[in-house]
Amino acid sequence: MNGSWSRAFRVSLRYPRTWAGLVLTGVIAVVALLGPLLAPHGPNDIVGRPYAKPGGKAAFGTDYLGQDVLSRLLEGGFSVLVTAVLATVLGMVVGVVAGLVAGYAKGWLDEVIMRLTDVVLAFPQIVLALVLLTVAGPQQWLIIVIVGLSHAPRVARLTRGMTTTLATREFIQSAEAMGEPRGRIMFGELLPNMSGPLLAELGLRLTYSIGLVASIGFLGFVADPRAADWGMMINENRLALLVQPWAILAPVIAIAVLTVGTNLVADGIAAAAANADQNEEASA
Amino acid sequence: MSRSAPEPGRAWTKWLLRRLGLAALTLWLISIVVFLATNALGDPARAILGRSATPERLAALQARLHMDQSIVERYFSWLGGVFTGDLGESLTGGGSVGALIGPRIANSAVLVLIAAVVIIPVAGFLAIVAARRHGKRTDSLIQVIMLAVAALPEFVIGILLVALLSTTVFRILPSVSLSAGGPPWTNVQAMVLPVLTLVLAVVPYVSRILRASLIEVLESDYVEMARLKGLPEGLAVRRHALANAVVPAIQVMALQLAWLAGGIVVVENVFQYQGIGMTLVDAVRNRDLPVVQALALLIAAVYVVVNLIADVLTILVTPRLRTAVR
Amino acid sequence: MTTASCSVAGLKVQLDRAGPDVVDEISFEVFPGEILALVGESGSGKTTVGTALLAHARRGARIVAGTVDIDGTELLGQPVAVSRKRRGSVVAYVPQDPAASLNPVLRVGYQIREVLDVHESGTPAQRDERVREVLAEVALPSDEEFLRRYPHQLSGGQAQRVVIAMAFALRPKVLVLDEPTTGLDVTNQAHVLETVRDLCQRHKVAAVYVTHDLAVVGELAHRVAVLYAGQIVEIGTKEEIFAAPSHPYTRALLAAVPSVTEPRVLTGIAGHAPSPGHRPSGCRFHDRCEYQQSECAEVEPPVIEVSGLLSRCLRAEHVRAQPNAVPMAAPAAECDATDTVLEVAGLSASYGRVEILHDIDISVPRNGCVALVGESGSGKSTLSRCIGGLHDEWTGSILFEGQPVPAGARKRTPQLRKSIQYVFQNPYLALNPRMTVGEIIRRPVILFGLAKGADAEKRVLELLDQVSLPRSAKGLLPVRLSGGERQRVAIARALACEPEVLICDEVTSALDVSVQASIIALLDDLRQTRGLSMLFVTHNLALVRSIATRTVVLEDGRIVEDGPTERVLDTPEADYTKTLLANTPRMATG
Repeated sequence: MNGSWSRAFRVSLRYPRTWAGLVLTGVIAVVALLGPLLAPHGPNDIVGRPYAKPGGKAAFGTDYLGQDVLSRLLEGGFSVLVTAVLATVLGMVVGVVAGLVAGYAKGWLDEVIMRLTDVVLAFPQIVLALVLLTVAGPQQWLIIVIVGLSHAPRVARLTRGMTTTLATREFIQSAEAMGEPRGRIMFGELLPNMSGPLLAELGLRLTYSIGLVASIGFLGFVADPRAADWGMMINENRLALLVQPWAILAPVIAIAVLTVGTNLVADGIAAAAANADQNEEASA
Repeated sequence: MSRSAPEPGRAWTKWLLRRLGLAALTLWLISIVVFLATNALGDPARAILGRSATPERLAALQARLHMDQSIVERYFSWLGGVFTGDLGESLTGGGSVGALIGPRIANSAVLVLIAAVVIIPVAGFLAIVAARRHGKRTDSLIQVIMLAVAALPEFVIGILLVALLSTTVFRILPSVSLSAGGPPWTNVQAMVLPVLTLVLAVVPYVSRILRASLIEVLESDYVEMARLKGLPEGLAVRRHALANAVVPAIQVMALQLAWLAGGIVVVENVFQYQGIGMTLVDAVRNRDLPVVQALALLIAAVYVVVNLIADVLTILVTPRLRTAVR
Repeated sequence: MTTASCSVAGLKVQLDRAGPDVVDEISFEVFPGEILALVGESGSGKTTVGTALLAHARRGARIVAGTVDIDGTELLGQPVAVSRKRRGSVVAYVPQDPAASLNPVLRVGYQIREVLDVHESGTPAQRDERVREVLAEVALPSDEEFLRRYPHQLSGGQAQRVVIAMAFALRPKVLVLDEPTTGLDVTNQAHVLETVRDLCQRHKVAAVYVTHDLAVVGELAHRVAVLYAGQIVEIGTKEEIFAAPSHPYTRALLAAVPSVTEPRVLTGIAGHAPSPGHRPSGCRFHDRCEYQQSECAEVEPPVIEVSGLLSRCLRAEHVRAQPNAVPMAAPAAECDATDTVLEVAGLSASYGRVEILHDIDISVPRNGCVALVGESGSGKSTLSRCIGGLHDEWTGSILFEGQPVPAGARKRTPQLRKSIQYVFQNPYLALNPRMTVGEIIRRPVILFGLAKGADAEKRVLELLDQVSLPRSAKGLLPVRLSGGERQRVAIARALACEPEVLICDEVTSALDVSVQASIIALLDDLRQTRGLSMLFVTHNLALVRSIATRTVVLEDGRIVEDGPTERVLDTPEADYTKTLLANTPRMATG
């Protein structure tokens, strides 16, 4: 049964876009994860004049303080990537569990969960994040929790929709008639049948998480203002677009490549899942 | 056998009342979330003044924020203010919140409206072209481009556009929308990039959803039947397919407006456009709580109302729902 | 002889540009006023042939060769504008699923009139008049109120009539009907068939009736073309084919059809029909054929004439000469009527405030098979769901071996849940698509603690043997199995619980007739060899003959008749039973 997840992923590898996405994501992920080990300078070392053009000690030039753009680029991906991944996992787990419970239990529990999702959905994700950060201040764990929870209702809606459809299927009724425990029906019978769409959703949510985390950084809400962070780098150096565009374009391109990559993978998985569904329907 | 409800008028009213009730409930819960987020996640006075605050100033601000009252009392006095149009005083700028955000709301509304006006035909056109060439090269090309653009965060799109059109490659458009005086839309050139950014951010979603629903409708039995009745393809699409693709389109429009509301927060900051997005970010940065509360409430309320309208419209254009509203 | 209204020659439809053939070498003629039945099981390509008569192929398929001559004019290879003008006017189409084929946002009157508008027939006033006329012809009201209805405000039978009215609106020469009675109750079906027969005869329309239902063919058709794996294997008059078929497939198909008048022992066809791209060389039926010889696998049989029939079999003469007798045997009833295993008394069930079943009494004798018969809405499925623990809004009592059975599976003891097993209608939905066959069958063995570890594995293999599935199926996912094989897995899962009572809810209605026959044979065998008791829910009266020892007839939630199967079907007492029997189509076998 665990095979259904790896199978959903394997099938998506038939699509060239999945491979393209994996390559793009892989390149940036390597930069983000191994970058701190490869950086020629420390992120806060002053290596020259502010906004120095590329050349000499700084291959990508320097930033508004004279720090090395390349080093900060190599350092600044780690926090974005790790924050986004953790937030995505949190949002998926909470969303899937809430959606399964709401869709399968129905009744008042369903009503309560759905009303809660209504409330969270009313806020655009970035607005929700800003409001929650106002008093508490930008802390790393809080950003993870906020981004994750802002995904949860969207994941819950999706999961609930699939659950209510699947729950009327006769194989679920069969399990109920035999007295299969509810938890096992939800996680053992229903969940594996959502592997394709949920995996695609995971990819999509990761794409949005990266965008959201970077946007929060871009707006200047980072835990440590001196640390290197791709979103924050763009914010710090935005006046330099005319004189030293690399200071700003380097992180912009990194984020762009990463999100395009994850989105391509997500779409490949979604296409494979839709196709598998169609095949199952065609045989029915 | 006729299955139309015996008293459609009454069923309608009942449905509408229930739907309105739900919207009101959601709005109330939203107000609680907004209030708690800005009051319960720490000491607002301490957050505003920072660590270096003297006890005297802290006490003064706490008094001004009515921190001596219980949180429930403060919530209800705030909520009462919202109902009477009194949103409080800005903590930084002085003056009432209403006077501060009023013109900003207008600026943002103009931006959103112009973007929406561009988005609808562009997305619709792309969706129809792609759906009618479903599976062919034109369609795949459109889909790959949409997919890539959809992945980009709004500020990335904005900065790439600035680099392309106003600083690095071509230098034909201003990179910021700061206008010397008067509302920003008087400077047409300055509006182009913010609108374009929003359009690029939203069109992929809208057109992908519309394309999917169009494809489903085009392959439905009733469109197939229209073809077999001898209708020319164009007529079959216009008369039989589009009418059925309207329903998802309405829901997509609602979704799109919600997206725009989030999108402007970032886009306005990229272009220094004086709307609610910039105001919100400034207020969060300065911990200007009354302004944050007002704007968060406003943005969420817009979403709830737009959704309500979309649901009513959906019912009105779907005969099966219209004649049998429960 | 008059000239044919429709003549098709060498028709070939492919998947994509160079994909496998869906159908090929299709040739036949239909004459004015004649109904040709195009008979085939799922995957035979019968619907593809049907739409090709309108020069139309579904997305992903294309017509690549052949001619379709409609009323003296070639239809294929014409510019789209030309063939379009003839669709709906000279050759019209009645789809399989009327509810899905009517546009949900357009009014019924508009949709009928649209045919006239698009073909610019007469003046607007004449068009209005024609709409009313054609509605009257199909026995529907033609008042303003009806014309202004939306499709969802029609019943299934009405929707089918609207679609037929649309097809007849311009008095076409040729009519293609694609299984138009699927999903209709026998009463509605009988009315629709009568309307079609009547209108075709009156207006000299040549009809091609696409169907899988041989009983309907027996009622309606003049001539029959049997389709297998994309080719016509046999064509001739109905009487000739039914009396002495010349193709082994036709023979096997006829032997699988149950009859409402006689208790046939049904025989299925082994294996399953090949899909496009997987069809064997030589004769496409040879791997399932009991008359198969070595050359059948190599030589593609030509069409030959055998005394009036056209047949695509190398041994057509020999096959035709074989006696065509179906063995008869009423389902064995060696059960003691006083030994009741399941007893339902005074049961009333409801959904919300609506009561569906009223005061039902039924008893199932040990080792007996009780058929529960009724049309849709009669409450037969609700009753089986109450007993199976899937529906809990009921009052009254259900006793299993004298012990009261609570409502709802979760309130029952494991012993009860294990003893009463349910087999579902649609095998495509009844198995978890993400679990292998082995996992599906093993689960109840573990759940009820019947065996563990290696013993459980052994048990799974035994069960596969019992339902005649290969042991290699154990590791497969359901998507790799055919419908019949999936239903066998579902039965094996039920057997894994070692039940006393098996509730079969329309278990064959989603299956082809040849597959239905083998499932019925399996169930009958299980009942007799394992001493199972069975409640067999069905809408198909003919099937009851071949499986049930006792028959209960339900109408609107009440039992109107209850007795031994033979008695109920031969000398029905209730008016409702009589109507049902009169409306059930039967093959007039020679």
